[in-house]
Amino acid sequence: MNDIYKVPGEIKISVRNLDFHYGDKQVLFGNSLDIAKNRVTAFIGPSGCGKSTHIRTYNRMFDLYKGQKASGEILMDGMNLLDPKVPTQELRHSIGMIFQKPTPFPMSIFDNIAYGLKLHSKMSRGELEGRVETALKKAALWNEMKDKLNQSGTALSGGQQQRLCIARALAVEPEVILMDEPCSALDPISTSRIEDLIFDLKNRYTIIVITHNMQQAARVSDFTAFFYLGKLVEFGKTSSLFTSPVKKETEDYVTGRFG
Amino acid sequence: MTSRTDALQKPWGDRLFRSFTLFFGLAIVALFVAMVAVLWVQSGPAFEKFGFSFLTSLDWNPVLEKFGAGIPVVGTLISTLIALVIAVPLSLGIAVFLVELAPDWLRAPLGAAIELLAAIPSIVYGMWGLFVLSPIMADYVQPWIASHFGFLPFFKGPTMGIGMLTAGIVLALMIIPFISSVTRDVFLLVPGTLKEAAYGLGSTTWEVVKDIMIPYGRKGVAGAVFLGLGRALGETMAVTFVIGNAYHLSWSLFAPGNSIASTLANEFTEADGDIYTASLIELGLLLFVITFVILSIAQWWLRRSEGERA
Repeated sequence: MNDIYKVPGEIKISVRNLDFHYGDKQVLFGNSLDIAKNRVTAFIGPSGCGKSTHIRTYNRMFDLYKGQKASGEILMDGMNLLDPKVPTQELRHSIGMIFQKPTPFPMSIFDNIAYGLKLHSKMSRGELEGRVETALKKAALWNEMKDKLNQSGTALSGGQQQRLCIARALAVEPEVILMDEPCSALDPISTSRIEDLIFDLKNRYTIIVITHNMQQAARVSDFTAFFYLGKLVEFGKTSSLFTSPVKKETEDYVTGRFG
Repeated sequence: MTSRTDALQKPWGDRLFRSFTLFFGLAIVALFVAMVAVLWVQSGPAFEKFGFSFLTSLDWNPVLEKFGAGIPVVGTLISTLIALVIAVPLSLGIAVFLVELAPDWLRAPLGAAIELLAAIPSIVYGMWGLFVLSPIMADYVQPWIASHFGFLPFFKGPTMGIGMLTAGIVLALMIIPFISSVTRDVFLLVPGTLKEAAYGLGSTTWEVVKDIMIPYGRKGVAGAVFLGLGRALGETMAVTFVIGNAYHLSWSLFAPGNSIASTLANEFTEADGDIYTASLIELGLLLFVITFVILSIAQWWLRRSEGERA
């Protein structure tokens, strides 16, 4: 793709010529796109097309594993995130991540949310309580959780666990939130709650959501990127990508002919 | 086909198998009861003579036939405590290294080496402790500790090498392979995404280990520690070589002492007279009870803290 789709409004992240290797195997090929600030960008594509690998470069999660290497440029507010000099701990502080399966920590609900806060700054108990309450309110969990903050986070239902994880990510006030198939392990009601939440949050956060659910991408996102075999095939406004795709592969995928 | 329908109609094989396994299960219980009963009956003469003062008395005098369990019991507990204090943090460190930090080419050989340590017979540990470790302790380690921490009552007195501290160190080395390999397996079970979620919030490796992996694997780590604890309490040969086999009670960890297991090993063959033998058997019963009580308390504590969490 030579012409990069120009997203309207402010750009939060600019990806240019992103390649990714697992050892000798290249899995991303020259991905270039812009992520709009305070909008929802959906990544779609068949399993193994590199969507997850792509977003895991933004918070340098791949650094944890040997033999994984990203090259190219990921500029967030002008800073290249792939630069080894960028401190990963602080980077991950400003880019939150939500996983396919909920990942509540083995501790109380309160401590789950307070965990990230305590990592980065010393706070009084009162301040901590305030921030936990704010985070739970943002994730629309406060009314459900306020009377059981001392209960274990792992004892909640799957949907509640996932919203707890979102609240936990929100507590540290990130700028960007990466969601890797956040609803694929959840029932339809929990899924719609998370979608509502994404809708509420997008005014304040830049959200990137990977999904296998085409309707979900259409419902929640402003822009959609279609990946296939490690390449970014098509990127544009969600409404136009779904209704009038330019590329043949995109059309086949969104109409359910493969994937 | 006929044989299969027969089996469906008359699952005698299943019933036979069930009886077999039931028999083996019950045999364990029967064995346990029989052992306690034999120890109880055979220690009768000692219990009649000394009563409950056997538990607290510090006398152990075969000539006057005055026996008390105080010193071996204290020695058993102290040497085990030293072993755990040394082995638990080291084993956790080894497990964390193997799971999180070691380069791939080192992981398998190092893991195998640690497991091999568990295969070394305890008498070899004892001989190594006596001939190698004790002189090093006497010439270097203990003088260093004495000159830096000598103001504490635990590090006073002559530096002989053999004694409570050396016994504790040898025990620690013996239980490290058990605790570290079980802990490693426990850490390997921590879901990758859970660790990534913590890294994703900006945790360091140390924070992930401390806040996520250890709490997640708490039950397994505790189980690993119990395994080491049980071994350390009952270990005989290695301790006998280095503990000093002296019936003195001293605050100093440099001083020689005795444990229940090493008392039994040293004295059982030369015990003459009913009271002497019965006293040794009562010591054995006591070791049984101590191990049982400590492990039960540990289980209870673990279950209680699980309950608080849920």
